[in-house]
Amino acid sequence: MVRSVPAGTRQLVSKDSISARGDLKLTRITKSYGDFTAVDDLTLTIPKGSFFALLGPSGCGKTTTLRMVAGLEEPTVGSIHLGDTDITTTRPYQRPINTVFQNYALFPHLTIFENIAFGLRRRGIKDVKEQVDKVLNLVELPHLAERKPTQLSGGQQQRIALARAIVNRPALLLLDEPLGALDLKLRRQMQIELKWIQREVGLTFVHVTHDQEEAMTMADTIAVMNEGKIEQMGTPADLYDNPKTAFVANFLGQSNLIKGKIEGSDGDNLVVDLFGQKISMPKSRSHAVDNSMYAGIRPEKFRISLVGTPVRGNSLTGGRIEDVSYIGVSTQYVVAMPWGQEVMVFEQNDDGVPPFDKGDEVNISWEPNFTFGLRGDEDIEAGTEVNPEELEEE
Amino acid sequence: MTQKIKDASIPTIPFKARFSRWFGRNLLRIYMIFGFTYLFIPVAYTFAFSFNDSGKSNLIWKGFTLGNWQNPCGAPEVCNALGNSIKIGLLATTFSTILGTMIAFAIGRYHFKGRASSNLLIFLPMATPEIVLGASLLSLFLVFKINPGFWPTVIAHVMFCISFVVVTVKARIASLDPRLEQAAMDLYANELETFKRVTLPLVAPGIAGAALLAFSLSFDDFIITNFNSGTLITFPKFVYVAAARGIPAQANVIGSAMFFLALAIVIAGQLVNRKKTR
Repeated sequence: MVRSVPAGTRQLVSKDSISARGDLKLTRITKSYGDFTAVDDLTLTIPKGSFFALLGPSGCGKTTTLRMVAGLEEPTVGSIHLGDTDITTTRPYQRPINTVFQNYALFPHLTIFENIAFGLRRRGIKDVKEQVDKVLNLVELPHLAERKPTQLSGGQQQRIALARAIVNRPALLLLDEPLGALDLKLRRQMQIELKWIQREVGLTFVHVTHDQEEAMTMADTIAVMNEGKIEQMGTPADLYDNPKTAFVANFLGQSNLIKGKIEGSDGDNLVVDLFGQKISMPKSRSHAVDNSMYAGIRPEKFRISLVGTPVRGNSLTGGRIEDVSYIGVSTQYVVAMPWGQEVMVFEQNDDGVPPFDKGDEVNISWEPNFTFGLRGDEDIEAGTEVNPEELEEE
Repeated sequence: MTQKIKDASIPTIPFKARFSRWFGRNLLRIYMIFGFTYLFIPVAYTFAFSFNDSGKSNLIWKGFTLGNWQNPCGAPEVCNALGNSIKIGLLATTFSTILGTMIAFAIGRYHFKGRASSNLLIFLPMATPEIVLGASLLSLFLVFKINPGFWPTVIAHVMFCISFVVVTVKARIASLDPRLEQAAMDLYANELETFKRVTLPLVAPGIAGAALLAFSLSFDDFIITNFNSGTLITFPKFVYVAAARGIPAQANVIGSAMFFLALAIVIAGQLVNRKKTR
């Protein structure tokens, strides 16, 4: 079903839509290209004023979602609302939404000033000069107003692209991998700057990225996308500490996932058997659907102790240090467990030299509250083979 | 070379090796000199003989004069022929540029049934021998009972110029990032404004290049024109006819003037471009 608006009512719709404000609501959006489904029955609400990130690997549908919000693609099925206004089929120029494109898409034949003034002039705004100067000051590049885009560095072009969008004070600002073309150092700096600018101007930012670190640094809320669907949505801390799926657990940082069986419950806790050793974890952190489960523990939550020393919380015995990597701020251990699995442990180097050597017999322990439980039928490799550096371009 | 450098302990490079190294480094330059000499000898000859105090036949150097340049219309019919060529050239350029640009946008930007075959067909006039084109156009005009003359010539020129315009403009459109137009739409420009303010300015250099190409093709054309112009004399026709009894030096003046005009346009274009990117 493709929604269509009769030609006569189009103008009417646009007058409403261009001033629309409020939360962005995507309702049951599907976008297909022939047999390929890029976005699959997606429902999503992005609250006004938030910094929202759509995070996922290349081809997960995040850019298609963004382009539908911008109006550059039309959904095959579903509707998009901004506040109470249906903008599903309105043209891009009829939406109070502006985009920072992946490669900036600055107009090469216009000066920086005219690039930024473009949107204001199209809407017939009066004090163009004043507003452009203001936004050029905001991005700290007032001296470049008369240059052409090709005379600017990548970082400068990035800021001008941002300025050109925010000068319009849109209800929604879309950022499509805005930092993808910058080097690492500049990217870090721009992450902080973008966040600062978002707070300064108070607009809703929707940021599409494959870089989990970038999403976590900047966004209030992250939706992790995979194969056209949202795997999980929440604050960066929610997603990291309590992932619901193996994909999320692996795509955001590293995880140890240990096969287990739920034996019973003890108050608010579950008792889980991991290869013959009992551990406990909060019921609320289990996403298992039956009694088979993967117990997930982040590497930095583990503690290592030599056999014979007392431990707190959950513990697993019979480990042996297989590998030690000293990386300054922390030391990374690979510990071989009796059932043949190797687990990763990160220890902070807050007490001097690495205390364990290769071959040491150790136990590992952790606080029960740090455990998360995944369904027992998950593919524990999901999301691990994705290397963000190889996926710069969709 | 001073005596000091001729120290026996410093190994000297034999002349042969030095020469071959010099030759290797400058091979491209030497080749370039030969290439340009080859290309420009005819132009230089034409220019030199435009100052020849020739009288009737401009084949033998008879002495220097500025008279030909002071009176370029001196020879009978030469300026009339030139005028016709310029008129036909401007009309053919205008129509072929407008039509060709529209075709280039259609083929370069839109997907429609028959796009691939249109793309191929547009090359056909470029690949067909001019003599065949000229002869078939003439018989076509005669079938429609149109007598050869000014307008049939214009129509014929538009026809063969369109292909070149399409190819030139299409190349420019292909290099245009579609995201620029999307960005314009995103910034509240509707379809018409996007075309006017982003697409057209960015494709304009391609269109200008295509127009110059079309003009020079039309101005220059002899074969097709000869079939379709009837009694109308164009500049190439004039030169061809005059060749039988000796080309007047005024033809050299006009030829040289055209060459320098074209050169001036190219240099001006380069300067404008350089200023823009600075």
